[in-house]
Amino acid sequence: MRISKKLNKCMIPVLLVGVMIFTACGSKEVSNSENSDNDKLKTTEVTKKEPEVKKENISIKLVYKYNEDWEKWFGDLEKEYEGLHENVDINPLPIKSSEGDFFAKMALMMQTEDAVDILTEDTFMINSDAAAGYLMPIEGIENWSEWDHFYDNVKEGVKDSKGTLYGIPYNTDTRGLFYNSEILKQAGVEMPWQPESWDDILEVCRKVKVSTTDVIPIWFNTGKATGEATTMQTFEMLLYGTEDRLYEDNKWVVNSQGFLDSLNFINTVYREDLGPKLSKVLNTQGKNYARNELIPNGQLAILLEGNWVPKNWRAGAAGEWAEAVDVMKIAPMPTQNGQTPGHVSMSGGWGLAINSECKNKEEALDFIKFATTKDSLVNYSRHGGSLAPRKDVVEDEVYKKDVFRTEATKFLEFTHYRPASEAYPSISTEIQTAVEAVAIGELTPEEAMEAYAKNVKRIVGEENITTK
Amino acid sequence: MEIQNMQTKKRRMNKKNFFHRDGVRSIFFLLPTWILLLIFFIGPILMTFYFAFTNFSLTGAAARQLKFVGFENFVHMFQDPGFRTSVMNTIIFLIFSAILGQQILGFLVAYLMKQKNRTFRRVAGMSILAGWVTPEIVAAFAWFAFLHDDGTLNALINLIGIKPVSWLFTFPMVSVVIANIWRGTAFSMMVFQSALDDIPKSVEEAGKIDGANGFQQLRYIILPMIKGTITTNMILVTLQTLGVFGLIYAITGGGPGMKTQTLPIFMYNQAFVKYQLGYGTAISLSMLLIGAVASMLYIKLLKTEV
Repeated sequence: MRISKKLNKCMIPVLLVGVMIFTACGSKEVSNSENSDNDKLKTTEVTKKEPEVKKENISIKLVYKYNEDWEKWFGDLEKEYEGLHENVDINPLPIKSSEGDFFAKMALMMQTEDAVDILTEDTFMINSDAAAGYLMPIEGIENWSEWDHFYDNVKEGVKDSKGTLYGIPYNTDTRGLFYNSEILKQAGVEMPWQPESWDDILEVCRKVKVSTTDVIPIWFNTGKATGEATTMQTFEMLLYGTEDRLYEDNKWVVNSQGFLDSLNFINTVYREDLGPKLSKVLNTQGKNYARNELIPNGQLAILLEGNWVPKNWRAGAAGEWAEAVDVMKIAPMPTQNGQTPGHVSMSGGWGLAINSECKNKEEALDFIKFATTKDSLVNYSRHGGSLAPRKDVVEDEVYKKDVFRTEATKFLEFTHYRPASEAYPSISTEIQTAVEAVAIGELTPEEAMEAYAKNVKRIVGEENITTK
Repeated sequence: MEIQNMQTKKRRMNKKNFFHRDGVRSIFFLLPTWILLLIFFIGPILMTFYFAFTNFSLTGAAARQLKFVGFENFVHMFQDPGFRTSVMNTIIFLIFSAILGQQILGFLVAYLMKQKNRTFRRVAGMSILAGWVTPEIVAAFAWFAFLHDDGTLNALINLIGIKPVSWLFTFPMVSVVIANIWRGTAFSMMVFQSALDDIPKSVEEAGKIDGANGFQQLRYIILPMIKGTITTNMILVTLQTLGVFGLIYAITGGGPGMKTQTLPIFMYNQAFVKYQLGYGTAISLSMLLIGAVASMLYIKLLKTEV
């Protein structure tokens, strides 16, 4: 009796330790210990779980980068799909963050069990996320009758460099020059504006600067803060209009005339004061400021941006502007000196992918297929301004209603896609650093290219770079 | 039989003593703390050491297969102009906001408030404390709202006819230094206040009788007497300032260019924007080193024991 009392006393700290570990970890795995109390906990937990399994309710977590259109669209899909499948529970989880943070957050979430089933994946991340083992390869898609309706080049965007499919695209995009026709007319530019070279653009900018007060001639994403938008909407739109490319024959071109010319164009715009104030353009809110305030106020002449911008001028949107349809026009971006094909555009887009940790892969794929049928994507084009990845959606009347979108869809003819390499996301951040450094005058274009070459060499190794 | 009985009794006694011995008992009570420290403190530190020597990445093939790369991260670090700029920025930020700003200003405020009446002390103390109590991100946003192009400061100087200035763009480092001083001075003030209150009145009075003026009292009586506090505060403020991330990130994001990119921002960018976690952890180790070196330097310079 006495001994047991003493033993009890000693057991208190032991139990305390046990409890501490248990609460500290918050994990069921700790119950492997031989402690009888913990064993009890284990069994109760198991019995608690059982009824859930019997119902066979399947919960699918759909993690997406928040924007209003996608919230509405996924909301619609959730309702429709759950109406058709009683036992499936779709949980859309929006992530409100800057672009760069979204990818970092997704990478962390995808390493965690049970955190993500389906995710929205920007196609430029497909290669590196697939290489990291985060994504489930989708097999046997040829047997899906709907697959033939997708554009072939858009299909390429969701495959890795080996040709394995990792997602189903639900939108694509192009980029071009949005311009305020009234400001340009006032500056003496003939309408419709059809720039044929970079010099044409600079010339019009200079005219705008002289003929107006308080109007910014041109705006393009310039900073690290705008992430991939700076790389793709600005730098690559320039570079792919030169003779050079970012990535050729599986090697990164770190030193080329085209690269230098592109940086020089950016340098010219800022040194001649044709762009916005740097303090305005170098932060994450810059994009919204340009499209939602400057353009509706008639304070910006030209905006180099993606096809989705006009949705910001719709009724009820942040930059609501009824006259936008008449005043704002879109022109294709010319190549550097007008070399064939005369125009350039860049395309990317987003796909729905499945996390390799997903437990209900078949159901997840079924939902994705449902989300990318013609009806679902026509509904999507009601909510937003994105370009459709399917031919039958593009021909739909609902889709055609948007004049900007119809124009931007034509750019798909001469568009380019980003390098299909797993190193691309890291290299993209180096481009942003170079662009920002040149814009603020921290580095000359030559110095910025040199720094870029050095950093890319470190990321991919000397054997994977080349110079022109 | 008797002997056997004795032996069992002795053994029992030993057993009893074993559980009652102070050392053993305290171990039992300390165990929870140790286990928690091990899991949440020592574990991550050891992992940082390990990851700093790998090519650990957030995405790409390196995320799946970790490779030991030796000192590659450190070699690259010393060749990286971004790292050199960040170290310089960190030192500037440290000297101006921690040592000159918080430390000296904090002491001055505490010293000037010393002989004032209670109401004055309370009002002044409270308003300085407000900066300390405000959560970091709120303080950062307040400063951003105050300094940005269409912010309060520009509106004010516009009223008196001065042309607005892009403060965050033209003077980014000055902006974040002032914001950090505003936020951190209260801490130094409180530390110095309590140290000054501990100086016996008799010592000061003795000085006064011997004819020491205000400056002499400060130089020969007060400062030597609070030397220990100065060192401790210096170390604390330095370490806090070395780790400032949210404030700078929210006000300038480390920009424009690399102008306010201190080591924590640089580390974050490498680890989470450029996905190179291994390199990021190597940078964090260098921060640990800078903190340790700075602390030892203070102790040595001020010849105190902490």
